[in-house]
Amino acid sequence: MVSLFDILGPVMVGPSSSHTAGACRLGLMARAILGATPERARIALHGSFAATGDGHGTHRAIVGGLIGLMPDDLRLRDAFAEAERAGMRWEFVTVDLGDDAHPNTAIFELEAGGESARVRGASIGGGRIEVTEVDGFAVSLGGDYDTLVLLAEDVPGTIAAIAGVLAAEGINLATMRVDRTGRHLDALMTIEADQPVPERVLNQIRAFPWLRWARSVGKIA
Amino acid sequence: MHRSVESLLRDARESGRSIPEAVLATEARETGVEPAAIRARVRRTLEVMRAAIAEGLKGEVRSPSGLTGGRAKRLWDAGPRLLGPRVTATLARAIATLEVNAAMGLIVAAPTAGAAGVLPAILVSIGECLDLDDDALVDAMLVAGGIGGVIAQRASLAGAEGGCQAETGTAAAMGAAAVTWVAGGTDEQVATAVALSLQGMLGLICDPIGGLVEIPCIYRNASAAMQAIAAAEMALAGLDFPVPADEVIDIMGEVGRRMPAAYRETALGGLAASPSARRLVQIEPARRPTGISK
Repeated sequence: MVSLFDILGPVMVGPSSSHTAGACRLGLMARAILGATPERARIALHGSFAATGDGHGTHRAIVGGLIGLMPDDLRLRDAFAEAERAGMRWEFVTVDLGDDAHPNTAIFELEAGGESARVRGASIGGGRIEVTEVDGFAVSLGGDYDTLVLLAEDVPGTIAAIAGVLAAEGINLATMRVDRTGRHLDALMTIEADQPVPERVLNQIRAFPWLRWARSVGKIA
Repeated sequence: MHRSVESLLRDARESGRSIPEAVLATEARETGVEPAAIRARVRRTLEVMRAAIAEGLKGEVRSPSGLTGGRAKRLWDAGPRLLGPRVTATLARAIATLEVNAAMGLIVAAPTAGAAGVLPAILVSIGECLDLDDDALVDAMLVAGGIGGVIAQRASLAGAEGGCQAETGTAAAMGAAAVTWVAGGTDEQVATAVALSLQGMLGLICDPIGGLVEIPCIYRNASAAMQAIAAAEMALAGLDFPVPADEVIDIMGEVGRRMPAAYRETALGGLAASPSARRLVQIEPARRPTGISK
């Protein structure tokens, strides 16, 4: 659905909605999936991101997103200095993911406090994004909803248990997706909700013995 | 949002609303946000537009590539020689926003960052000319948004899909409709202004030098703003166009789909592929912008 503020907006730091605002949002999503500002980041850029990112501030926008700057934050201009102050180390590499990959694709390999995350996503136009992979699991996240990302052992009853906790808290679910094609016997779940999931509720879910980790990924304006 | 100009006008007529009221009511219904909150957000958007113009007209912004910056002020300072002062000011304002955009400044993508100069320049200049208050300008923006929403759904807003006609062409159609509305035009004249502005932008390719949103984009924004005001002037005088707005929009979409990839933001054709453009990009490579972390 097209909204008025897709047409009269977004309000953003230039020069490109896909290569700057969208790139920043990808960084924000990757950071949220890691659950912290990365200490180390390796970002692989594919296609148009790699070819024309230089002139579009794509690298600054991604680094800015990784330290939590929003697409309309003028500090994106000085994102490298801001990121150094935030204690992040980063490197960019170029990657060829083939013709099937979206031309504006980035792959993030992030580390913080012993945790790590590998996130793949693309800037699909007008500042909108799609994250398609988390730690090797297929997902589809646009940052339009408050989202839970959870990794659980692939045992029966996990989905019902999590849905039960959320239902008891009156949290309405928009979408739910499970993927277990990634690795060994785990399943990655992504749940998009109509409202933020409080930390208290998240901790209830974390208490399940079969849950490996759960993170709340807020809506990205 | 409405899927055709015809349905927008019909909705307004049948509900007894003005066009901006019809756009506002539809947005409120579809998003669940109160009309007053939507108007407030549109007003804040207008403030960002004004601030970008003011910053660009100072003449101090420079893009990292060095290709743009300072031209808006040069035109502003030179003033009108052949055109009326309002038109010259509109051209300078359109360039100002695009120069701020290229320098990683704050802009409103309306409908895209590459076409961000058109609507603000028109709003500020016409607002000055007709002595309009912010409420009237918010109405004008709602009209512009309603038209942009139709084009987004019927054709495309992306240069990579439909060439520059999809970006500055859409912005011109939005601007023409907005101006026609606030200048007292009828609903039918608003629709005619959309058709008249867009027919003049049909076929325009997207061929940015070096793949950057700079040249010719800053000038394309200026000429699109002029196109929009000209279309409004003709529509307000009662001139007609035999092809309705929705059909012109559909044709814009079709021209975009049939446009060779070289002319759709790939920097492989058009001005981007000219010998001079290629030399320019070689001489002035973008400074290494990937940053170094210690």
